[in-house]
Amino acid sequence: MSKVKKKVKVIKIDLDKCNGCRACELICSAYHATPKYSSNNPARARIRLIREPLQDVYLPVYAGEYTAAECMGRDKYVIDGKEYDECAFCRASCPSRDAFKEPDSGLPLKCDMCEDEEEPLCVKWCINDALTYEEREEEVEEEAMLEEMETGLKSLIDKYGLENLVDTIARMSQKN
Amino acid sequence: MRYAETGYNLEIDLSRGNIERVETDPRLTELHLGGLGTNAKILWDRVPPEVEPFSPDNLLIFSAGLLCGTPAPGANRTIVSTISPQTLYMAFSMMGGFFAPELKYAGYDKVIIRGKSPNLVYLWINNDKVEIRDASHLQGKGAVETAELIRQELQEPNAQVAAIGLAGENRVYMASIEHSRSSASRLGIGAVMGDKGLKAIAVRGTKDINIARPAEVIEFCNEVLKYIPVRDSNPVPGVMPILAGLGSPKEMLIHDEQWHTENFMWGNARTRRKDFWTKDVEEKWKETQESVRTRLISCYNCPMKCGAIISVPGISTYMMKCFSKLTYTMAAYSDLDFGFRIAQRATEYGVDGFSTPQVMAFALELYEAGILTDQDFPGMPSDTEGRFYWLLDRIVRREGIGDILANGVYWAARQIGKGAEAYDHNTIKKHEQLPLKLSMLNPIYFLMWATGEKINITQIEGNFPQAPFETREEREEFVKDWIHVPHEKFKEYFLNWELRGENAFPYYPTVEATCEIVDWQETMHYIDDALGMCAGLSSFPLKPPYHIHNLPILISAAAGIEIDKAELWKIAKRNRTLIRAINVRRGLRRKDDRPPDNHWKKRFPELEAQLLDAYYELKGFNKEGIPTKESLHELGMDYISEDFEKRGILQNEQSEEESQGN
Repeated sequence: MSKVKKKVKVIKIDLDKCNGCRACELICSAYHATPKYSSNNPARARIRLIREPLQDVYLPVYAGEYTAAECMGRDKYVIDGKEYDECAFCRASCPSRDAFKEPDSGLPLKCDMCEDEEEPLCVKWCINDALTYEEREEEVEEEAMLEEMETGLKSLIDKYGLENLVDTIARMSQKN
Repeated sequence: MRYAETGYNLEIDLSRGNIERVETDPRLTELHLGGLGTNAKILWDRVPPEVEPFSPDNLLIFSAGLLCGTPAPGANRTIVSTISPQTLYMAFSMMGGFFAPELKYAGYDKVIIRGKSPNLVYLWINNDKVEIRDASHLQGKGAVETAELIRQELQEPNAQVAAIGLAGENRVYMASIEHSRSSASRLGIGAVMGDKGLKAIAVRGTKDINIARPAEVIEFCNEVLKYIPVRDSNPVPGVMPILAGLGSPKEMLIHDEQWHTENFMWGNARTRRKDFWTKDVEEKWKETQESVRTRLISCYNCPMKCGAIISVPGISTYMMKCFSKLTYTMAAYSDLDFGFRIAQRATEYGVDGFSTPQVMAFALELYEAGILTDQDFPGMPSDTEGRFYWLLDRIVRREGIGDILANGVYWAARQIGKGAEAYDHNTIKKHEQLPLKLSMLNPIYFLMWATGEKINITQIEGNFPQAPFETREEREEFVKDWIHVPHEKFKEYFLNWELRGENAFPYYPTVEATCEIVDWQETMHYIDDALGMCAGLSSFPLKPPYHIHNLPILISAAAGIEIDKAELWKIAKRNRTLIRAINVRRGLRRKDDRPPDNHWKKRFPELEAQLLDAYYELKGFNKEGIPTKESLHELGMDYISEDFEKRGILQNEQSEEESQGN
């Protein structure tokens, strides 16, 4: 495989600056609506704010890769006396939990850093600067990335099995 | 498709355990927008004046505003409306937080509660699945504690909960509904919730709120977000720090309390302490505040940080906003540490931070005056702080003297008698007010205090400066970027307004200008309350991001209703008139539109009468403060004048002229 230059995009999260307003969730869901901005629904956001005000827990977490199987075990962090939920820091759309799945279809969600925009919109809408954005270039080995549809299909295969999925698609295409 | 709103209300009958999802009439959105406006319409239609506050037929409405759940920053308010057990008029307390957007995402604009549950219950709204659940295990639990217990029980950390504490369960007239960092506190709506046997409402929603013209809305919101930090980092010079920026008064951020502590009254709205704010006090209070405040926090989709997490060592953490920081402190002649401590207990009990300290200070005054005696206070500690805790515990349980005090100053004074009525010197329409006693009549504030249907000054005042600026230069500087005025003449009113001399209080602003200033400020609040927009970004501060010129653009693009400035103004007038009509039908008249007698030392009865006359005329009310047939017709509310005529509140024009002639 050949080496290619890759843009690394980093969202820096400063928990001390988070005021817990969830604008990040809102604008994420709006941006990813079809047509763009036509609807709002934080449950569809690719970022979620874990927010436990009385424990002073404010933790924005981004949706990462979809995973078919959950880990062999779970982790639970206690930082400065604050207890975070199991797997709180994990970004995976995972069978162990509802996080980072479309509320109606259950399909996995993944942060795409708002590709067409100058900066991710969660960053733009966080005017308290709990979220800031940085870019840098790195050399990496080339690798074929799964496209969005493939990711979705893969999760459906994992959920229902390849055979069922093929049958369903065949049946649906006959109906149409 | 419906835009910005869901188009559905949830109707809950607690007597029969019935739950219905009801589609709403889109025409009502065009007439009233939503939130407070449509709440008032429902109360007019369905709660006739014969219905007592604690009747099963009284409705308790939790409404999201029209823009809640859309990307409009600060649109997160829940407007709770019912008939107040204290004033016997319509009550419409509001709260920020996260409840209203969550309700919209669950698929509802309002939850309308009628009837009474025989046992304590809570409501669990999870999208289409709505359940009335047993709450007997939550009886007596604190409001904050209840929210946590419900979330755990439902295993739903994302559920938003609005709950009452012990005060609501016991129908205390100053019982609040608590939610997150906010509360709907005024006018005893928590008591109505308790009377209905409803401990809490929990809601979780994962559905979409649609936008009519998405690109326009986002562009608008981006501009708002750009403006907020610019405006906030340029505080208006010459204005006290808590009011110089945006947001609700920044009590949680700012330490400098000279203005409140030296201008507001201590005790039962009784003593002004002009030299209170010394260096020592300043240092001590600053230290107190910084040691207990762990984080400044916001409501849903708002960058302002008007609330705070308060962790006082040894007691449970709670959330606080705004002025309750000082109300207990000042009523008890105590310090800020006491204020933060007792507010925690008061929040769990679920009581209004304005009324409750005043009731307690009132009780202690009666004790000092010998009207109440040791027999009324068995076992009460001797120190003031101890007495406040003792009284609070009894009020929320309605125990002994607490049972009388739980009805608020007005009713308690009349129940106690023996001259106690004279100590009720700070209520309007039976409701406790900010503890302010001033010198020279302020015509603008006279009208707002007297006629405000909210019976709460902070929810009427706003966009016009509270006091004139010292020099002409300062004023000219101020009006330079004052694009918010509905008309250029407001700049003139302000430019010519002086601290002393002819163009000063009480005869300046003129009667006409005063009415227009009040009308503008009030109109902005009525718009916000229909939209669910926080006043802190709109009707309350000077030069806010939202104003009469840009709100029609936002509403049109978000909701797909074509309205312009004139139409929006008319909707606000319609809503304001409708609420007046509900209260008129319940007996409200000119005689009730008055501030406390001692609110100002220097009063001008003739001028005050002129002000009222002119305000009524501008609003389309007759001399008694009753909306006229013509103005109701203009606003498309002939159904109100028909009802008024049937009840003999309005006669036909001829006989009205005759009666005025007599």
